[in-house]
Amino acid sequence: MKHNEPMNATRKPRRSPSLPKALTGIQGLDELTGGGLPKGRPTLLCGSTGCGKTLLAMEFLVHGAVEYGEPGVFMAFEENAEELAKNFASLGHDLKALVAQKKLVLEFVHIERSEIEETGEYDLEGLFMRLGRAIDSIGAKRVVLDTVEALFSGLPNAAILRAELRRLFRWLKTKGVTAIITGERGETSLTRYGLEEYVADCVIMLDHRVEGQMATRRLQIVKYRGSTHGTSEYPFLIDEGGISILPVTSMGLKHEASTERVSSGVPRLDAMMGSKGYYRGSSVLVSGTAGTGKTSLAAHFIHAAAVRGERCLWFAFEESSSQIIRNMRSIGIDLEPAVRRGTLRIHAERPTMCGLEMHLVIMHKLVNQFRPRVVVIDPVTDFAALGQEWEIKAMLTRLVDFFKMQQITALFTSLTAGRAFVESADVGVSSLMDTWLLLRDVQNGAERNRVLHLLKSRGMAHSNQVREFLLTDHGAELRDVYVGASGDLLTGSARNALEAQEKAQTLVRGQETEGKKRELERKRHALEAQIAVLRAEFEVEQAEEAKTIEQDQTRASVLAGDRVQMARRRQSDARAAGKTPKRK
Amino acid sequence: MKITKAKSATTAFEQSLAKPGRPRYRLRLYVAGMTPRSAHSITNIKEICEVYLKGRYDLQVIDIYQQPVLAEGDQIIAVPTLIKKLPLPLRRLIGDLSDRHRVLIGLDLKPKQ
Repeated sequence: MKHNEPMNATRKPRRSPSLPKALTGIQGLDELTGGGLPKGRPTLLCGSTGCGKTLLAMEFLVHGAVEYGEPGVFMAFEENAEELAKNFASLGHDLKALVAQKKLVLEFVHIERSEIEETGEYDLEGLFMRLGRAIDSIGAKRVVLDTVEALFSGLPNAAILRAELRRLFRWLKTKGVTAIITGERGETSLTRYGLEEYVADCVIMLDHRVEGQMATRRLQIVKYRGSTHGTSEYPFLIDEGGISILPVTSMGLKHEASTERVSSGVPRLDAMMGSKGYYRGSSVLVSGTAGTGKTSLAAHFIHAAAVRGERCLWFAFEESSSQIIRNMRSIGIDLEPAVRRGTLRIHAERPTMCGLEMHLVIMHKLVNQFRPRVVVIDPVTDFAALGQEWEIKAMLTRLVDFFKMQQITALFTSLTAGRAFVESADVGVSSLMDTWLLLRDVQNGAERNRVLHLLKSRGMAHSNQVREFLLTDHGAELRDVYVGASGDLLTGSARNALEAQEKAQTLVRGQETEGKKRELERKRHALEAQIAVLRAEFEVEQAEEAKTIEQDQTRASVLAGDRVQMARRRQSDARAAGKTPKRK
Repeated sequence: MKITKAKSATTAFEQSLAKPGRPRYRLRLYVAGMTPRSAHSITNIKEICEVYLKGRYDLQVIDIYQQPVLAEGDQIIAVPTLIKKLPLPLRRLIGDLSDRHRVLIGLDLKPKQ
């Protein structure tokens, strides 16, 4: 069978434009197959026991009957109509009502091996007639044979059966019905009896594997002649809504990049990113060690979005919904009104509930249902227990791509263990992220304080500064940090102490200036006093000088008077004598 | 119609009980149209009945195309199918009845080796 593949591949381009398809109505499958199963042709659905073959086949019929106006025949070889109706009632399908409306026929073919004896050549005309009548009774367009291989265990002579099955599938084609033939998985071939040899148009394989005690169902399109299809294995989910398959084909790096910005909910953090916050549709990683405030930062982001009226979805893997609400209230964020309004949905679940891919499917489903604009996953690291590192990275890649395609801004928190190389622990994940915030605790003396780094933020200018991250009763706050004398970051009370110290220094400096001023004043005063003294001395000197001069003059005049008297007495000079009395 | 059939089946069953050594046979052969295979199977069963069950058998030959409801009721998948309704246990003999040895085993006329 495998060697046929290349031939089919060359045939593809010629046939694909006109290949009509029948929608299955199963979430994800129609996207994978590019519009459903090949119309008017049989499709082989193989897989091991309990992997969901019957369910998928029945959903194909029910959706056809209800949504696409294509009635269907379900020919069961293992369960009777009563059992089928009962089994599908739990999935919300009322098969009996569909039968009554002539949209569905349930045919139970019972083969009891112990009753049968082969006595010669035979054919399966009885089966043909029965199927033909069932198809004609409601004008069926879809047929399921589940599982036709029961014939092999019931009827002898495999050679005849093979020939008859080949005829049956040809006959189905001429009937123009879109058929699903289910087959049990064989050990060396796709089906135990090699049905894939006869059904060559489309082969879908279902698988139910258990890895690390986690069961995951997967679907693979092994072959689809004349159509392109994804060949990977896609996980699928069976729940009360039936089957949903993860539409991985719709992913890739094709998303539109928005220039719109959304607030992180912390003004100072927005300020670090050019005052605007994250890009809409970007993915944000908040990583940090335990208790550094990752969830609080997420709560801020969610709260801001809820206040803007955007729908938010919170996947919580460690806390219950009410626990988150209570805890966030303690830092002044009340999420409850948003929950009550229906703007915020908290989906709390233990990660060990199911396997990695099942989580992915559940997330997809919820996102598709709820259509949020903002999603928080808290924390992604809880998935680590569910798979290998590459598996987790692959899952996150899909998740990130999915969110981006939907223009959902997603915030992932990541718990990093160990304090030494906080950055390196997230490297695998961080390359997927557009913005990476790292929360860290710094030990100073006897306390630990939180600091926030904005490690990267694609496509925007952002601050390279470390900020102290405080959780107060009115929310998260960012503060500048101090760098101590030895180059350490100073946070918390050390920062407070430093602040106080600086204040004291300022005071001292102020006092010093004041002192200097006073000193100057004093000097000036002293100078002035000195000047005054000098002046006083000078004045004294001056006064004494004046006195001396006067005394000298007095002495001179006395001397002159004496000389006159003496001259008068001697009568030597009459003229001089005559002048002298005038001066008196 | 059905009721009378059921009655006759009951009587036949009682009769067969009454004569433990030689039970009465109630056989129904389904064929699909008058193909050579159908004809062959009819010839085969008639011959066997005449040889081994002379005078103590009822044989109905039914064309599934003519009486599809009956065929569905009897869960006929392969044709030809001979159903041994009585004596119990019920047995289905699939094929054109050309393997006489197997037919006799199927009809409990020959012990299994």
